[in-house]
Amino acid sequence: MAKPETDVSQIGRDYKYGFHTTDKPAFSTGRGLTREVVETISAQKGEPGWMLERRLQAYEHFLTRPVPTWGGDLSEIDFDAMFYYVKPIENQAESWEELPPDIKQTWDRLGIPEAEKKYLAGVGAQYESEVVYHKLKEELTRRGVVFLDMDSGLREHEEIVREHFGNIVPFRDNKFAALNTAVWSGGSFIYVPPGVKVEMPLQAYFRINAENMGQFERTLIVIDENAFVHYVEGCTAPIYSSDSLHAAVVEIIVKPGGRCRYTTIQNWSTNVYNLVTKRAVAQENATVEWVDGNLGSKLTMKYPAIWLTGEGAHGEVLSIAFAGPGQHQDTGAKAVHMAPNTTSLITAKSISRGGGRAGYRGLVSVANGARGAKSKVVCDALILDEESRSDTYPTIRVHESDADVGHEATVSKIGEEQLFYLMSRGLSESEASSMIVSGFVEPITKELPLEYAVEMNRLIQLQMEGSVG
Amino acid sequence: MALLEIKDLHVALNDGTEIVKGIDLTVRSGEVHAIMGPNASGKSTLAYALMGHPSYKISGGDVLLDGESLLPLGADERAQRGLFLAFQYPYAVPGVTVSSFLRSAMNALRKARADGTDDPIPIPEFRKDLAAAMEHLKVPRELLGRYLNDGFSGGEKKRIEILQMALLRPQIAVLDETDSGLDIDALKTVADGVSDLVGPEMGAIVITHYQRILNYIHPDFVHVFAGGRFVAEGDAELAKKLESEGYDAYLPEGIPGDG
Repeated sequence: MAKPETDVSQIGRDYKYGFHTTDKPAFSTGRGLTREVVETISAQKGEPGWMLERRLQAYEHFLTRPVPTWGGDLSEIDFDAMFYYVKPIENQAESWEELPPDIKQTWDRLGIPEAEKKYLAGVGAQYESEVVYHKLKEELTRRGVVFLDMDSGLREHEEIVREHFGNIVPFRDNKFAALNTAVWSGGSFIYVPPGVKVEMPLQAYFRINAENMGQFERTLIVIDENAFVHYVEGCTAPIYSSDSLHAAVVEIIVKPGGRCRYTTIQNWSTNVYNLVTKRAVAQENATVEWVDGNLGSKLTMKYPAIWLTGEGAHGEVLSIAFAGPGQHQDTGAKAVHMAPNTTSLITAKSISRGGGRAGYRGLVSVANGARGAKSKVVCDALILDEESRSDTYPTIRVHESDADVGHEATVSKIGEEQLFYLMSRGLSESEASSMIVSGFVEPITKELPLEYAVEMNRLIQLQMEGSVG
Repeated sequence: MALLEIKDLHVALNDGTEIVKGIDLTVRSGEVHAIMGPNASGKSTLAYALMGHPSYKISGGDVLLDGESLLPLGADERAQRGLFLAFQYPYAVPGVTVSSFLRSAMNALRKARADGTDDPIPIPEFRKDLAAAMEHLKVPRELLGRYLNDGFSGGEKKRIEILQMALLRPQIAVLDETDSGLDIDALKTVADGVSDLVGPEMGAIVITHYQRILNYIHPDFVHVFAGGRFVAEGDAELAKKLESEGYDAYLPEGIPGDG
């Protein structure tokens, strides 16, 4: 079988040979993290005093907190070698020509439009859909919806940010939440007023702001009563980052009767540690849905959480992890039932191949008083070869006798017979395998906006082309 | 006009056990060949081996389609050359709808015929062809949106096999026990579907234990397969005789018969 020219899984590796970032002297805090670095970041942004104070507290906590050892291997992260604040332009390619040819090829094969490619590369400040975006923005503004980058959110809506920032994910939650709180920059701020239902998904890349792909994004979403929003973060195309650590925090609060769906597809290059804390609070009869796809990175540790604090609240997590050579996807979900008649559904699917390791790590907890809580967890793993690995670490804590909590897990391989059946219809081995894999992840892709679903399937095809033959 | 030539074919399991011990068969477009034999005689092995299943090893002989040996080719390439196998037990592919699978398979064949250049079937044409074939084979529309063979009844699976055959338009089709698990109405629909396709464009090998399906697909030739060989050959009359007399008369010493 002919080898394809591009194996997307290899792209991350090739960066170090073919990619140059600019040495132009724009603003940077230099390597390593000190109190001065934190102060400088805050000063650069002209932040209010309380935010600086919060950053400094978080910084102190970060220093005292050991690197967690219960999950993926974090021992190689060198915190002193890292840049904590770089003006966005610096970690992007200076020109289109500078990009590694294989990443361009992958984008070509994904059929990503030229303008969007330039945007992904960070070299196209003017994205063609700016016009579309402005129309959308006018409409949103008219209905009172706020959709800004987090820095602007803090400037323009300080009272909302101050009320919620760090309440859902306190900096003491974990070392990387502390780090993010100390040095955060960029991310999204969304507020949807009572009763407003935003029909069109809000996508970060419409925001024409390079900062949304930063290293330490901070996102806060506040959905008021009976309001709805679908926020889409990231994209399926491989994202180059010269930064080796991505530690984001996402906080969502959904007030009574509201609903928020948050979709992430991350495809970081395979040099990146992706350590993200995502947590949402669902109040009375509110709904939170996390749709979380992890294709890239060297190690991802991410467990989107839902705290069901109001009676009748509902939470769903749909997650898919694809671990190729050298990758470890330690992903999962948490549902914490804190009120009566709350329900949660967690569907986690993972694929590992070429020595990759994918796992599910999850928590379902039913607190005292959460009578009638119901939770279901379904974990399916597909392992494509003998070298690859899948793990499941479910934790279940139930403190109410009438809670209904279920956990199902399956592990499967692509069967020779299934492959033969498809090949007997004329599909090549890689086409047949990618069809089986696409089918396996279909419960997730059907929940994605169409263009993401199409891209995700194409990416799986590219990955599978690299894996057989 | 297609020509399939099976020449002194020997098929063994990967452990070396020989299952098919030298058969010769020539199938032309427009012909229906029935291969009849007792259970466990290796009929399905023959079908799988023709299609290129990796668990079987060709230990001797050759299989040629229009003069080209199929043996060096994978199952996908054999399908692209015009060979089709209707499975006795089709496999399920969860998450892939029947309609998306059919389109992918048609496109894979079109691509091969366009020398590796993508040549996807236009959607309106696909819909039209599909609707016509489904109506003809009485395949309920709701099956299209379901996942391929996932939770299908035996009859639904067989209809979908024949639907695939109708859309993929092979030159030579091998039907492996297509009659098993079908009630009489389904059998008639499926068999009529096959008969309609046999003609200047297609020849067929119908593998069966029972004569029943041959009431609807008239065989031009009947080959009795036992102990890895053809032990008798004739026309449709032979099938009827087998139905009334059983296979015992054709079984060599020490070869297990039915049951």
